[in-house]
Amino acid sequence: MGVEIKVEKINAWYGKTQALFDIDLDVLANHATALIGPSGCGKSTFIRCLNRMHETLPGARVTGRVQIGDLDIYKGTSATQLRRRVGMVFQKPNPFPSMSIYDNVAAGLKLNGFSNRKQTDEIVETALKSSALWDEVKDSLHKQSGASLSGGQQQRLCIARALAVQPEVLLMDEPCSALDPISTGKVEELIFQLKSKYTIVIVTHNMQQAGRVAEFTGFFLLGRMIEFDKTERIFTNPSDKRTEDYVTGRFG
Amino acid sequence: MRTPLNLGMDELRQRLLHMGGLAEQAVDRACQAYRERDLARCQMVLENEGLINAAERDIDELAFDILARQQPLAGDLRFILAVTKINSDLERVGDQSVNIAERVMDMVELPAVQLPVDIPRMAAAVSAMVRRALESFVEGRAELAQAVLEMDNVVDRMRDEAFILLVKTMNDRPEVTRQALDALLVARNLERVADHATNIAEDVIFWVRGADVRHNVGQDTDANAGEAVKE
Repeated sequence: MGVEIKVEKINAWYGKTQALFDIDLDVLANHATALIGPSGCGKSTFIRCLNRMHETLPGARVTGRVQIGDLDIYKGTSATQLRRRVGMVFQKPNPFPSMSIYDNVAAGLKLNGFSNRKQTDEIVETALKSSALWDEVKDSLHKQSGASLSGGQQQRLCIARALAVQPEVLLMDEPCSALDPISTGKVEELIFQLKSKYTIVIVTHNMQQAGRVAEFTGFFLLGRMIEFDKTERIFTNPSDKRTEDYVTGRFG
Repeated sequence: MRTPLNLGMDELRQRLLHMGGLAEQAVDRACQAYRERDLARCQMVLENEGLINAAERDIDELAFDILARQQPLAGDLRFILAVTKINSDLERVGDQSVNIAERVMDMVELPAVQLPVDIPRMAAAVSAMVRRALESFVEGRAELAQAVLEMDNVVDRMRDEAFILLVKTMNDRPEVTRQALDALLVARNLERVADHATNIAEDVIFWVRGADVRHNVGQDTDANAGEAVKE
């Protein structure tokens, strides 16, 4: 099951440049929350703070508190421990090119020292079914490499890989920006279904997509969270004029 | 920068204003026809209806096109939704004007009689409501729209009063029953025009403030009522 995320006063820097300013956010468990905003507004930086990827960049640092379920992720939690519970899907599908479909999905399990073959088979099948890819690849799991799949299939493979370690939270950084409308539709349908089991945070430039998949939406601008509300409210009657200007295409 | 969405919304606004002008003219002509027992004006109202119906279709088509291709959000989305609803109300105003003109055509065939009801006063109030509702749309001002909502009660009272007096007239003077019935139907149609003006005002408030004040739900008179549309 998904867990709640509580973010308090997150600030983030790239060297001396501050990218995030005092972000507070409560993400409800088993819901999809979208983060929108113009390029460079900090939404991707923010999502990378939720699985401690931001701090891996040279000179980057983060302050503040992020509670994911029972984990205080910046206090007494290792990055490995965290990433078992928080999966991430990136903008560009990034399957391991030399690995088979099966090995791609099982990669996270192996990294975590999981070696039971029968159970791995079951988990791979479940993850591929959850990512709506099973029917398309079940006959070529070991024969076909991940890189040989179409872009949309590769992205669903990456989602399966993230799901295989049975996380509680799924972070998605513009997961459909490189996909055609059909593949985008499949991934969106998937997000809709996955909400029942996972807490989903999705960064997107596509406001219609945020409207379709997310119950809540946060608008970022210049490293600050300007407005956070029910998606319906953000797209029909936002409180802040800057949000209104952005969603109506008057800037950004 | 003029985007296709901005251009489409400007065009929609112009078309709705044109239609509003036609609907307003239809009510005024029908009321003038009543006052002057003028068959020629009745005929003009009937002919005008085709133009209003065509305008309604044009506006709906453009609104659908904008929704499908531009996918407006927030204030823009509320504007398009408000326009489509105002469009329907204006078309109905045209229909009510035709109903009034038809009653006048019936009355003109009968002897003129004095009736204890001031239809011209009611017509003036209703015309003012339609005009102000359209002004509130043109200027994007919720406060003007709010004033229209308050006028509706006045027209309702006029209709109730006319009903009581005209029914009494029918009882007391059966020989003028048909004229009294025509006047009663005119009053009823005018009251419906006022209801459409009220709907238009509610749609303007929805567009400008994002508040649904229909059926007295969510209605308030706070400072927001005067807020102009976000520019």
